[in-house]
Amino acid sequence: MYSFDFERPTTLDDAVKALGQDEAQALGGGQTLIPSLKQRLAMPSKLVSLAAIEELKGVTAEGGVLTVGGGTTHGTVAAEASAYPALAALASNIGDPAVRNRGTVGGSLANNDPAACYPAAALASGATIVTNTREIAADDYFQGMFTTALDEGEIITAVKFPIPEKAAYIKFEQPASRFALVGVFVAKYSDGVKVAVTGASEEGVFRWTEAEEKLSADFSAGAVEGLSLPAEGMMSDLHGSGAYRAHLIGVLTKRAVAAAG
Amino acid sequence: MPKDHGIGAAPKRREDVRFLTGTGQYTDDINVYGQTYCHFLRSDVAHGKITSIDTSEAEKMPGVVRIFTGKDFEGLGGLPCGWQVTDKHGAPMKEPGHPVLAQGKVRHVGDPIAAVVADSLEEARDAAEAIMVEIEDLPAVVDMKAALESGAAKVHDDLDDNLCYDWQFGSEQEAVDKAFAEAAHVSTLELVNNRLVANPMEPRVAVGEYNRANDESTLYTTSQNPHVIRLLMGAFVLNIPEHKLRVVAPDVGGGFGTKIFHYAEEAFVTWASRQINRPVKWTSTRSEAFMSDAHGRDHVTKIELALDKDNNFTGLRTDTYANMGAYLSTFSSSVPTWLHGTLMAGNYKTPAVQVNVKAVFTNTVPVDAYRGAGRPEATFQLERVVDKAARELGVDPIALRRQNFITEFPYATPVAVEYDTGDYVATMDKLEEMIDRAGFEARRKESESRGKLRGLGINCYIEACGIAPSNLVGQLGARAGLYDAATVRVNATGSISVMVGAHSHGQGHETAFPQVVAEMLGIDESMIDIVHGDSSKIPFGMGTYGSRSLAVCGSAMVRATEKIINKAKKIAAHLLEASEGDIELKDGQFTVAGTDKSVAWGDVTLAAYVPHNYPLEEIEPGLEETAFYDPANFTYPAGAYACEVEVDPETGKVTIERFAAADDFGNVVNPMIVEGQVHGGLAQGIGQAMLENCVYDESGQLLTASYMDYAMPRADDVPFYAVDHSCATPCTHNPLGVKGCGEAGAIGSPPSVVNAVIDALHSGGHKVEHIDMPVSPHRVWQAMQG
Repeated sequence: MYSFDFERPTTLDDAVKALGQDEAQALGGGQTLIPSLKQRLAMPSKLVSLAAIEELKGVTAEGGVLTVGGGTTHGTVAAEASAYPALAALASNIGDPAVRNRGTVGGSLANNDPAACYPAAALASGATIVTNTREIAADDYFQGMFTTALDEGEIITAVKFPIPEKAAYIKFEQPASRFALVGVFVAKYSDGVKVAVTGASEEGVFRWTEAEEKLSADFSAGAVEGLSLPAEGMMSDLHGSGAYRAHLIGVLTKRAVAAAG
Repeated sequence: MPKDHGIGAAPKRREDVRFLTGTGQYTDDINVYGQTYCHFLRSDVAHGKITSIDTSEAEKMPGVVRIFTGKDFEGLGGLPCGWQVTDKHGAPMKEPGHPVLAQGKVRHVGDPIAAVVADSLEEARDAAEAIMVEIEDLPAVVDMKAALESGAAKVHDDLDDNLCYDWQFGSEQEAVDKAFAEAAHVSTLELVNNRLVANPMEPRVAVGEYNRANDESTLYTTSQNPHVIRLLMGAFVLNIPEHKLRVVAPDVGGGFGTKIFHYAEEAFVTWASRQINRPVKWTSTRSEAFMSDAHGRDHVTKIELALDKDNNFTGLRTDTYANMGAYLSTFSSSVPTWLHGTLMAGNYKTPAVQVNVKAVFTNTVPVDAYRGAGRPEATFQLERVVDKAARELGVDPIALRRQNFITEFPYATPVAVEYDTGDYVATMDKLEEMIDRAGFEARRKESESRGKLRGLGINCYIEACGIAPSNLVGQLGARAGLYDAATVRVNATGSISVMVGAHSHGQGHETAFPQVVAEMLGIDESMIDIVHGDSSKIPFGMGTYGSRSLAVCGSAMVRATEKIINKAKKIAAHLLEASEGDIELKDGQFTVAGTDKSVAWGDVTLAAYVPHNYPLEEIEPGLEETAFYDPANFTYPAGAYACEVEVDPETGKVTIERFAAADDFGNVVNPMIVEGQVHGGLAQGIGQAMLENCVYDESGQLLTASYMDYAMPRADDVPFYAVDHSCATPCTHNPLGVKGCGEAGAIGSPPSVVNAVIDALHSGGHKVEHIDMPVSPHRVWQAMQG
């Protein structure tokens, strides 16, 4: 770890101010950033912890929308998002207890790891990413691996998840990291079904629109039987070829639909 | 009624009190006054020529005490290899230099180039980044077969090629050729024994402390064998005589073989401390461990099994490429040869066996012993090809094994070793009972009703432990004796300290060894403590590996305790005014046979140290004895394992539903500790079979350099095990009749896992002959695609 200055503001305004300085970087739960710092892979001159800002924390459900503060930990979502059980279940399966007690939804979405779980939930739910300056629709927010619509210094203050009629997330774990080798989130709303896939594409999380069309017409596992995605454009590594990942998307989509009931 | 004390009892491990409450004393817990910190600048390329190293800027950085490079070590020795293998033409193996810090060339990612010693670790790391190193990249050799092609880049410029040795062993060529020429059936299998990283929970640490007042050096290190390190480092690398060198291995958080070896960092901190006259500490990061701890396995093998028309095994022939990595680690050369070839007969009476091994240098981390060391590689290939033969011949895989079992002992194999005892039928009978084979078809149907494929895999194993008879291993090329030693120090009031050459790093010696002494003397275990791990306190012992501690060091302890009893009887005879021959020791009392005259253990020990009424003209005061024990033979634990898996045909994911292990370890001192050792071994064997894989890319970059890509087994990857060690045939040549249990689980489990997966796939109509480990979901799915 290189040396750096550290600030721990208690209000959003102070955090925004602190992040306005050169080479300052926001620190959420630190479950990605801290290991990077330890390996000297990042060299921020200042870290601004968002952990002490109470207004960024909490889970509320109102008017069919579940709102999760950007600084809310996975553990809290798992425990308190009972209005959206599929989301609570997703949160309860991220990492291990240490990760879930430190890592935050805002941190995960800001990082946009191509194998993270939350991006699939946000995209399949048609969530709105709320920041200190604006609201961003999930469809506009994810812009490829580790890339988002966030500007420098912009802080995710909350995520609004419309609560679906039915939903499920199925993660097939990469054996070593236990991140998603492929994860599929299926959410059924009155106006249609959304299917979001994480872990698979070289472009990061994406929506599988063909499956959405079939499932919007017939929400059953059989509706996507035989439907497949090409291996091209899928990530390929030690743990799975592009073809394997493409295959898993089909399998997991069926299973997610079945699990959603 | 199970015993509640002594041999056969299962007291809880006394060392766990400190391990489980965070009060263990590990090497990294040791901090010495005036200590400096060391950081190694390591190569990030696999192969290259160092054209320049400029440390001038780095030397000016804050906190820097001194920076060392390979130049500083030019006059010193390199890291030695402890085993000279002779190739099939009678030539000695090629033994290239292994410098402490790279000299002229780097040969693997992680090869240390320079070392910064500074007042703090962060300052050392900062300065290391300011060292200017220019490296001219050279083509890397990674694949073993490619490394042996003419024109391949040479890992060592002073050698003709990358072949360390070409070894052949076993039956006469004519006998082997005849077996195959006359065979009714030959089964052939080509397979990989995957490269592993041991990953002990505690990374390696070394602290060197030089004391100018008495010219003594102390090395605190994470070692399984402090005396071996003292001998190798003192005599071969740094030229420090033993009486000026102390090596301490305190609590060690797991070894698994990878902490046997003498490493560059140990020599560095010891030597650097002498140069700067301050202690030097190095603690490996997990990332460094991946690229500097010796790796394990990494064999590529073709095995052929010949059978006659009645399905008797008539011949076995193997061809293996064994990866040595870039340098010869301490015992690397012995692993694919004498620890592998000698076990190739397995549990079977195959009359003709031939083993061929080419050991190859590559631009990868050195490969050496890892839990099982050679024996898992032998077991895996043999038990896979036997399974394949059963499938090809349409016979029951258990029946085929039974038909070919060795049933008479002692049995001299065609690969040099003589099994003293065993009962493979008994362990197989026990295994069949444990796994409810009769109920398997019903379980398979139930799995199929859920869309899953179920498979049952069986294998046998035999291994050689209790390493080893010194005269034999000396003939085979070992450059060390492999005895062990114990000193039993009886204190005046009867309590006992036993100083042992074995080292406990998870094996529970501190609990099990006192059970033996307590049994022999008839006193309470709480009166006995074990001292280990410090060369200044213990007799010269060879340490712990090869499941040898109880069989070899335990035997030394028995011999020393026998000497204690002999002397104590003399003292008791004097106190009781009786003849020595009439004295009996039972339950801590010395009694004159046939009388009620007796004297207690504590009275005798007190007399030894307060010799007022004592036969001083006949025996010396005091009660302390040392024994060295050199075993007459290896010990041969053996058994039969079964694994039942379920395969998800849609994803290829394998789950282990049942696992049973029937082991013959001979006599057992502490059955709870034995079970724990088997559980740990099974977890590592299952880890190899299903999860672990160390992978380099073509340029020699380590792709699995962290837990993000190197999959360690977790609790939910392994099943509840059924284990049994009731089929005991005691070892015939050591006083305890013990064989060793530390490695069996890791040796015996991988083939049954893969056999089970293949069985499951065949039940689903997938004619898959083999899947290389780890049988990851991706690989299983690919195999099913054909």
